[in-house]
Amino acid sequence: MTTNSHDGVGHTGESIAVEPTVTDLPGHRLVLGADVPMRLVSGQLLGPFTVSYQTYGVLNADKSNAILVCHALTGDQYVAESHPVTGRPGWWERLVGPGLTINTDDYFVICVNVLAGCMGSAGPKDIDPRTGKQFGLNFPLITITDMVAAQRLVVEHLGITQLFAVIGGSMGAMQTLEWASRYPEMVYCAIPIAGAARHSAQNIAFHEVGRQAIMADPKWAGGDYYDDNDAPERGLAVARMAAHITYLSDSALHTKFGRNLQDRQAITFGFDADFQIESYLRHQGRSFVERFDANSYLYITRAMDYFDLAAEYNDNLPPAFEDSPVRFCLISFTSDWLFPTSESRRIVHALNAVAASVSFVEIETESGHDAFLLEEPEFFRILSGFLRGAADQRKLASAS
Amino acid sequence: MTPTETNNAARIRIDQQLIAEMITPGSRVLDVGCGDGILLDLLVHDRQVDGRGIELSQEGVNGCVSRGLAVVQGDAQTDLHNYPDNAFDYVILSQTLPAIFDVKGVLGEMLRIGRCAVVSFPNFGYWRIRSGLAFRGRSPNSESLPYTWYESPNIRFFTLTDFTDLLAELGLKTERIVTIDGHGKANTRGRIGHWSNLLTEQAVFVITRK
Repeated sequence: MTTNSHDGVGHTGESIAVEPTVTDLPGHRLVLGADVPMRLVSGQLLGPFTVSYQTYGVLNADKSNAILVCHALTGDQYVAESHPVTGRPGWWERLVGPGLTINTDDYFVICVNVLAGCMGSAGPKDIDPRTGKQFGLNFPLITITDMVAAQRLVVEHLGITQLFAVIGGSMGAMQTLEWASRYPEMVYCAIPIAGAARHSAQNIAFHEVGRQAIMADPKWAGGDYYDDNDAPERGLAVARMAAHITYLSDSALHTKFGRNLQDRQAITFGFDADFQIESYLRHQGRSFVERFDANSYLYITRAMDYFDLAAEYNDNLPPAFEDSPVRFCLISFTSDWLFPTSESRRIVHALNAVAASVSFVEIETESGHDAFLLEEPEFFRILSGFLRGAADQRKLASAS
Repeated sequence: MTPTETNNAARIRIDQQLIAEMITPGSRVLDVGCGDGILLDLLVHDRQVDGRGIELSQEGVNGCVSRGLAVVQGDAQTDLHNYPDNAFDYVILSQTLPAIFDVKGVLGEMLRIGRCAVVSFPNFGYWRIRSGLAFRGRSPNSESLPYTWYESPNIRFFTLTDFTDLLAELGLKTERIVTIDGHGKANTRGRIGHWSNLLTEQAVFVITRK
């Protein structure tokens, strides 16, 4: 029941227990895999381990109004409130809240920090009780399938038999697709935004650049940097800077920064941050390391790289959605070159091939991949309409 | 949703109204070129069909999805092949056929993925169009053909008789023909003769495989 039916490889052996290090965060915590460990796709057994999650709104009497939000690579469960570490607004505060597109007056919103994350769910910075030290790279490899399997246990713990919706952008879209494919009876509608059913070669390449930047930082020390409280911040910042470029678009960068200089009248003939774009990226890198663990970054990027829904079906995507009762709504953005519209369209074609119910829109924007996190009125309008239509069909009583 | 429905009722075209009446409630329907989704909305809400749509224009798709309809952005000529055989009871093509390049291909795909094809189109054999061309020397422009020649999406100009000839050539079975005259009056017809080709402004055909 708590194990994941996916065929793993080889080594099973003893279950890996994980002792949490982060325990003082707002929100909920749940210990999983205590009675029966969870079998990871890698074949390893995990448990007991902790996951942290946050909820907004109230679960109704028949538990039919739950929306699971799946966060992206560097996101976390603080969807709609100030971040407990940085104090900045929640990453989807524009979209989730009372009276907003995902209206928490109507819906019960759940977001679980992914496995291998660093905001309270089991990850490489937690303690390995066998050694009494932090796991580092001894933490087992986690896949998108494993993340979703853990989320399923949280959903079951809350007594929910069917989620009204599963929604997420980027890596959140991967989890959404995984949910719809693996647990279709538990998902009424699925909304993968700016996503893909597999990570492309180009995206794996960018992730590898980021990982190599971390590993090239001497402070990374093979992942064993926790004792000295001296994390590989330079490496992680560079990884973030490189990744951040992929979240934007050429035209957005041009519009926002152009060749504008940073607090100076002329170029300085040196390697200081002459250009605004340099200063901006450095700031992005610096602020990221405050809240993110470098090893978590390695593990989660790897989980995305390994994601390929069609792999189990001889590289054929439609069987991943065979006889799906799930109502899908796919959304892509014109200027997103990281998860381009063609990837969403590939999923739409697969869903058409199994005659699944699917809506698909491409939103015109110059904001690139990050558009799913930004103020995009057309995106909000479409999402709101889709949710309203699905709620009507589901006969969900709605206050709005 | 009530205000929208009232608006829709006011804006629905006569051929769409006729098509809606032909669809068995509760059936599976694909509307190819569903535009702003007025017909699909009517079918889903009044006829309780499991309705899907394909629409080429992004504006149309966004409007449909924001109204809660299951519509994807796509092209009738390239995207129908993704659907499995017999996925739908009805595949609808309303007023879109004149804009289709591969007419035979699209009709064939519609009847592969659906049991019935429901096709509505303007009749270029209508007497006003004939007289406009014969006496005024002007290309067709009417209520059912509201475009100037240089902006029209239509690339196929055919009459009722042309269409029945094509169905015969393709060996398809006509289950039902409803013609609409210049006054908006609908008539069910067993066949298309010279007079009906002359008096019909637009028509709805229900077609099946033999």
